[in-house]
Amino acid sequence: MAADMRLPAPRKRSTNLPKEHGKHLVAPGDVITTDSGFMRGHGTYMDDEKLVASVAGVVERVNKLICVRPLKTRFNGEVGDVVVGRITEVQQKRWKVETNSRLDSVLLLSSVNLPGGELRRRSSEDELAMREYLQEGDLISAEVQSVFADGALSLHTRSLKYGKLGQGVLVQVSPSLIKRRKTHFHNLTCGASIILGNNGYVWIYPTPAEQNEEAGGFVTNTEPVPLSDREVISRLRNCILALSVHKMLLYDTSILYCYESAFHHQIKDILKPEIMEEIIEETRRRILEQEG
Amino acid sequence: MATVRVSEAEKIFIMHGVQGGPVCPHGDQKRIGCMKTVYRLTLKSSSARRRPRSLHEPRAPSGEAMLCCIRLTDDLRLDGRSCEDYRYVEVETDVVSNTSGSARVKLGHTDILVGIKAEIGRPKLDRPDKGCLEFFVDCSANATPEFEGRGGEELGTEIANALYRVYDNERSVDLKSLCITPMEHCWILYIDVLLLQCDGNLFDAISLAIKAALFSTKIPKVQMMEDEEGTTEIELSDDPFDCVRLNTENVPCIVTLCKIGQRHVVDATLQEKACSVASLLVSVTSKGTITCVRKIGGGSLDPESIYEMIETGKRVGKALHAPLQDILNKEESLGKTREKVGFIG
Repeated sequence: MAADMRLPAPRKRSTNLPKEHGKHLVAPGDVITTDSGFMRGHGTYMDDEKLVASVAGVVERVNKLICVRPLKTRFNGEVGDVVVGRITEVQQKRWKVETNSRLDSVLLLSSVNLPGGELRRRSSEDELAMREYLQEGDLISAEVQSVFADGALSLHTRSLKYGKLGQGVLVQVSPSLIKRRKTHFHNLTCGASIILGNNGYVWIYPTPAEQNEEAGGFVTNTEPVPLSDREVISRLRNCILALSVHKMLLYDTSILYCYESAFHHQIKDILKPEIMEEIIEETRRRILEQEG
Repeated sequence: MATVRVSEAEKIFIMHGVQGGPVCPHGDQKRIGCMKTVYRLTLKSSSARRRPRSLHEPRAPSGEAMLCCIRLTDDLRLDGRSCEDYRYVEVETDVVSNTSGSARVKLGHTDILVGIKAEIGRPKLDRPDKGCLEFFVDCSANATPEFEGRGGEELGTEIANALYRVYDNERSVDLKSLCITPMEHCWILYIDVLLLQCDGNLFDAISLAIKAALFSTKIPKVQMMEDEEGTTEIELSDDPFDCVRLNTENVPCIVTLCKIGQRHVVDATLQEKACSVASLLVSVTSKGTITCVRKIGGGSLDPESIYEMIETGKRVGKALHAPLQDILNKEESLGKTREKVGFIG
């Protein structure tokens, strides 16, 4: 049970990464171009006659529009994104949800499914019973319905797959590391399920035993999770943290490859720097192989 | 204290991981029913509140014993550690150049910087032949936005008071060696702690950093010179390497034990802290002597569980000193060849 203590090691540049061709990386203050024919997009500003970057990221050019896409940023939601959020406030007829964006998102009472799945007009009793459904601190999965003028997101949980989340583990990574895919709900073959929220919040939970007609996430299962499932969940959590430390894109295949590479290590060892590097090397290699 | 919000379902998940639960949740529906009745019986028969059970002692068979037998020690926390494991620690000394000694400790994401300055001053009136230690804890706003402005002051004073209590005894630091002239001059060590990042378990990290910083402290040698007029002058030697090191063999390390459900964990993260009701701080020297026990948090602790937690704290604390000393010796032996990492490396 001895604590693992060591001297700090200086950060090394990964030398064996595949060469990224054509990626123009900039830091804040770098001049992108002095050509005045371009329109400036997000992440840039005009300084005298020059176009200068205001964030650290990759320059993207679409015809005459130049913008800089930052590597580490708050979540900028778009319609249709799946997010995992935490309730911060219960207000009249709506909840405020924290989703790692610039403003708290809004979940209107009319955008949730009522218990029993009825479709009816929300009454004042529903308003008074809001806290019984979602309290401060609860986690939900939702979809972005629309974006308000000030940039705040309006969420909805009007499908049976969204709703309050039960027992599981939340991992917070940068939103830019989540790859956009067709579906963000995965039942991994290793024995757990994950929800990859576009806002960088990843929810790992034990696969529900019966996929019955869901109550829309109203019933929280308080039964203890068996040890085998728990181990899978802990290992996945450490793998996701390892991938995010090495700035690798998170999607179901990469997480699965990382899990398989980390299988023979002890769960708590995955977070040690040298073992993390080893696992990530192997994952990278497998992903490159798979991409051909 | 920097807090993190945790939902009720997450709390249940964490607590079950720490203390275990019934093996087959679906098959044992009847047994779960039984557990509920057992609880009700015990509550009615004795008005005592539910006692936390030690899972190490054998018990005579009873209703509650059946409950114990069902419960297994899963001992698996969220990141795969057992209840007595520490996260991985990085220690570096001599990071601040204009101090007598300094150290930086990273325990998970908790980042602590300690700087020690040795100044000559007047000893305290009730201890004329001893030097003293002065603590100051600064919670930087870098750690969390809650520490902005004067937000971190309360936490800082709480930590500083705990540190005074922990190090205030004869044997931790040899204060007599810090005396120059009794009643006139002594060395005062100003120990400044800076919290750069907060990820739970502040006291442990701070105590590790203080021990490392004390180990690296170099106090210049002084000589008392008598003038013709009778005034005493203090002469510091010119050689910067002519200095005295402190004996840190008996400097204690703090172990924080958080009570989660019915078990306690060492080195709790912020999420685990949000699930616990109370914590116990135990400061242990390398020989296993306890210098201070302090309870923090708003919940209540049963005397039985306090005893168990102190035993665990002693065991874990004793095991902390050896790796730390090894690392400090290794760093010292590297000497000039050591690559200084600091904050930018």
